[in-house]
Amino acid sequence: MLNLYLFQILNGLGLGMIYFLISVGLTIIFGLLNFVNFAHGGFFMLGAYFCYALLQATGQFWVALVAGPLAVGAMAWVAEKVLIRRAYHLPHTFHILITVGVALILQEACIIVWGPIGKSIPIPETLQGVVIMGKFAYPKYRLFLILFSAVIGFALWVLLERTRFGALVRAGSESTEMVSLLGADIYKLFSLTFALGVGLAGLAGVLSGPIRGAHPFMGPEVLGLAFVVVVIGGMGSFTGALVGGLIIGLVQSLMSSLWPEGASLMIYGAMAAVILLRPYGLFGRA
Amino acid sequence: MLEVRDIHSYYGKSHVLEGVSLTVGAGELVTLLGRNGAGKTTTLRSIVGVVRPREGGVFFEGQPLAGKEIYEIARAGIALVPEHRGIFGVLTVEENLRIAVREGWWTLSDIYDLFPRLYERRRNGGNALSGGEQQMLSMARALLSNPKLLLLDEPTEGLAPVIVDEIVKTLIDIRRTGMSVLLVEQNLAVCEKLADRHYVLEQGRIVYSGSAADFAADRSIRDRYLALGA
Repeated sequence: MLNLYLFQILNGLGLGMIYFLISVGLTIIFGLLNFVNFAHGGFFMLGAYFCYALLQATGQFWVALVAGPLAVGAMAWVAEKVLIRRAYHLPHTFHILITVGVALILQEACIIVWGPIGKSIPIPETLQGVVIMGKFAYPKYRLFLILFSAVIGFALWVLLERTRFGALVRAGSESTEMVSLLGADIYKLFSLTFALGVGLAGLAGVLSGPIRGAHPFMGPEVLGLAFVVVVIGGMGSFTGALVGGLIIGLVQSLMSSLWPEGASLMIYGAMAAVILLRPYGLFGRA
Repeated sequence: MLEVRDIHSYYGKSHVLEGVSLTVGAGELVTLLGRNGAGKTTTLRSIVGVVRPREGGVFFEGQPLAGKEIYEIARAGIALVPEHRGIFGVLTVEENLRIAVREGWWTLSDIYDLFPRLYERRRNGGNALSGGEQQMLSMARALLSNPKLLLLDEPTEGLAPVIVDEIVKTLIDIRRTGMSVLLVEQNLAVCEKLADRHYVLEQGRIVYSGSAADFAADRSIRDRYLALGA
């Protein structure tokens, strides 16, 4: 019984780290650009499909793991240059209109290329099987997922907290005007941040591929969860995305053995509780 | 160095600047005086590109600034120390400084020599500073971008007299480096200690300009336009 809970807790951590990677991109984009990206789930889906396609083409999961997120980030970079940046000065409703449009284009494009039925993605050979710790066995790939996301999370923290780029991103979330007045090219900063945030969603898509596969309608579901995480953690907060992601991952995973029917309910219950107690989220600023 | 030529600026429909012209020469310290709401801040914001003048133009070292992005104007060598100081609360004091650094005369260690208080507080968050410290940080940050022209918007506003003296001393040090300064200030005593020339702005128009000596000699100007009783 205890082993079952340990199993579910580890599953929850893995799931939570995936949610973290998706949400942290959403939240830094919102923090700096004040832009709501409803295409975020679509780019996550694209990550999963790129994982499938790159595995098919090369047979190497590592290639997919590196090239997949880069390709998603590059597409986001282009989308920001040609489309997204024209909408920054418009109200949020236009951001939603435009990015929902982008999400639909991505979804339909995936259906055209890979068909309407989802694809399952094999677990890479070196990560198949289980790790045995005493009486406890846990799938290797899921353990890899937790550790790898933790490394990426740490690297991202270093980038945001310890580099000039990160300082500019944080400063820009307070005042983009003041950042410009100090001579920083704010448009370049916007493009890079958008590409980075969306690239992280792509990475989450690649990583979750071998567990959940790729299907054309996974975007909206993931987007909804990412918003729940961001609301719980607080808009624009790195720590908030991490803690919020882990909370949702753990709640979802533990509830699936305690009370499967109520798993989704509990997620929104957790969100409602946070909003009631801390309207700006656990780590949000007013 | 800087030439503002007959600019008209608006906030929405309200016509804030109705033809402002002024110049700042190399190495000069020029003040822009005037009552609240006269358009002083708008003049500075029109120079740095935050507000776009609808008529007239701003020229820096002979080049027109019209159509340039804010960051391009900053990189051309104009730094603004804004009225509300613009300190980033989520960054530490040192991060606030580091993001502004551009190659040139001033380095981070020079800045810490000039403002020892900022060195002591370098690991504190920007939101943990007193008003005087924020002002110092804002000035220090502008200097680190090594501008040719420094615009200061009421740097002594709301500060204790001891701190005001410190700011004035710093401005005197800055002048010695040959940097040009355009100073918006309500504190006449401060202006008279520092300036080569003065402009007085009223209702969006320049109503007086003259040398520091002329301004000091003609007491009627301050009664007419400023009524600050300094």
